[in-house]
Amino acid sequence: MIDQPKPLLGSSRDLVDRAFGWLAFGAAALVLLILGMIAMTMTSRASSVFSKMGLDFFTTKRWAPPENIFGGLSFIWGTLYTSLIAIVLAVPISLAVALFITQVAPRRLKMPLVYVLDLLAVVPSVVFGLWGVLAFASPIQGVYTKIHHLVRGIPVLQSIFGDTPQGRCFMTAGIILAIMITPIITSLAREVIETTPQNEKEAAYALGATRWEMIRGSIIPHSKGGIVGTVMLGLGRAMGETIAAALVIGASIGQLSLDVFSPGNSMPAVIANEWGEADDLHKSGLIAMAVVLFMITILVNVIASTIVRRSMARSRGKRT
Amino acid sequence: MKTWIAILASSAALLTVSCKKGDDQGSRKMTEGAKGAKQPEPSGPVTVNGSGSTFQKQFQEVAIDAFSKSQPNIKVNYGGGGSGKGRQDFSDQVTDYACSDAPYKQDAANKTKGGEFLYVPMLLGAITVSYNVDGVDKLQLSPETVSKIFQREIKKWNDPAIAADNPGVTLPSTEITVAHRSDGSGTTEQFTLYLDTATHGAWKLHSGSTVEWPADTLAGNGNSGVAQIVKSTKGAIGYVDLPDAKASGLRFATIKNQAGKYVAPSSESASAAGDGIDVKPDLTFVSVNAKGDTSYPITAPSWCMVYTKQPDQTKGDALKAYFKFMVTDAQQQLSGIDFAPLPKSLQDKAIASLDKIQS
Repeated sequence: MIDQPKPLLGSSRDLVDRAFGWLAFGAAALVLLILGMIAMTMTSRASSVFSKMGLDFFTTKRWAPPENIFGGLSFIWGTLYTSLIAIVLAVPISLAVALFITQVAPRRLKMPLVYVLDLLAVVPSVVFGLWGVLAFASPIQGVYTKIHHLVRGIPVLQSIFGDTPQGRCFMTAGIILAIMITPIITSLAREVIETTPQNEKEAAYALGATRWEMIRGSIIPHSKGGIVGTVMLGLGRAMGETIAAALVIGASIGQLSLDVFSPGNSMPAVIANEWGEADDLHKSGLIAMAVVLFMITILVNVIASTIVRRSMARSRGKRT
Repeated sequence: MKTWIAILASSAALLTVSCKKGDDQGSRKMTEGAKGAKQPEPSGPVTVNGSGSTFQKQFQEVAIDAFSKSQPNIKVNYGGGGSGKGRQDFSDQVTDYACSDAPYKQDAANKTKGGEFLYVPMLLGAITVSYNVDGVDKLQLSPETVSKIFQREIKKWNDPAIAADNPGVTLPSTEITVAHRSDGSGTTEQFTLYLDTATHGAWKLHSGSTVEWPADTLAGNGNSGVAQIVKSTKGAIGYVDLPDAKASGLRFATIKNQAGKYVAPSSESASAAGDGIDVKPDLTFVSVNAKGDTSYPITAPSWCMVYTKQPDQTKGDALKAYFKFMVTDAQQQLSGIDFAPLPKSLQDKAIASLDKIQS
């Protein structure tokens, strides 16, 4: 059989074009639809706990499934606290690596470095979690104890770096999360930094700036917004991380502590830990926790993209 | 977000499993029937799916392995996932049978999609109170002392309460470290149920798959996670099921039972506990704190559930055959894996109840 040559122009091309348009629109709409449906189902299944606990779900820390008391504050706190630790640890390192790759590293070193970082980004989180619990948690406990002894007697520090019963705690979870988000922040920051116009950098050099002064004067102002955005994206990842956190965070129930060395718990971790054996209202409580997590991550992502958009608009405005 | 994906993915996986009906057995003929008791035989290849209790996982694996040898036409899959998940899957008719360490709560039992169902008792298992104290080879504990230890009312091993249970034993002044489960667990539920039942109100944390453990306790994932903490921490104590305690080489306490005797956890003492319990007409029961001189008091039960009305004759027959196998031939395998077979009285009731399955 001989194929009929297809007309390149004319009505059938319009049709294909339109069909593709609808298909693309459908796919995009489907994503929103699924997201909406997930939010709806989850909220409706969580409603029994929200109506029983009311605002107490957000403001009290007592989590007692046998008595049908569900206060989520300690888990919300744990999520925010471990993410904060992760960000504090990961951001300086990520930025330093990103600057090194883009500004300092010789071309021959650049490609392998980028490659290794991207590889680190695709390691499944359970691997980090198992490594954390099997290889990292017990040796690091000695370090924690040393830090605790070091700050003993100093008012605020001694309550933040308290005594440690074991290596599984907020800090360990924070460190593992930091390792997980470092490649993400690094590779995004690298791309942001690389958008700095060459002429701005050369202008700085022309004025006699050293490399550090060039980074401070040209790159940082140019990419500040973008970097904040990438940090927020890393934060979103850290808050949603489940298995790694569940394994190393210590899984305490209803404890609210500033002590980074005390066992804690986070929203995704408590869901992963308790889901299998949960009944009725307990299940509803865990779903409610997921709804809260959902809202917080959406909020963080919206803020992140707003910041990125604004800063891009600003830097475009500057240039013209 | 990740959580959602995980939940969606797991339910999708279950759906695919349950849709995949008798695929690989092809046209293999049934040549030999099951040995021993005569069992209904299905007319063609059929797949039966179950999920639930991780306490029963090992038994299910052993039973499925032996069953597939005598009934090559029936393929049984067991997914584990936890008792709560098992009850939910069964209730939604995602699975054909469920295994659970606890019965449904009353209102949830009426919501099952497949209507009336049976609780078939399967096995009993001892939960040990394992410890790691240098120089203490034998430890006796009363329920009141266990309760005080796990509520952190006692913090040192040479506390008078422990000494009173162990006359003549020199106890060190080591700090006690309490280990418990980080994941919601039927083992936690039975252990706390025991303390709730046996201490007459001294235990204040109630009973459940997760309870409010005091702040200065350690959490481990699964029985093996708790066992690992006990093994690696001097002065630690934790509740671990007998197979895992033995596998980790832990020492465990003898516990004072209702008759006032200190009994060590074992397959035999858990079976003995099964003789001293009040079984309800639907074959549910509480097996902790059982009567009898030789009963181990922290003995946990486990059931499998199956619907009495089976719309599909082949599948109904297959389920009936597998359940019959579990409560008869497979029982002999239990003591080998450190669980306890049903005592005779309970086994007879379990076998008789299977006649209610209609297909």
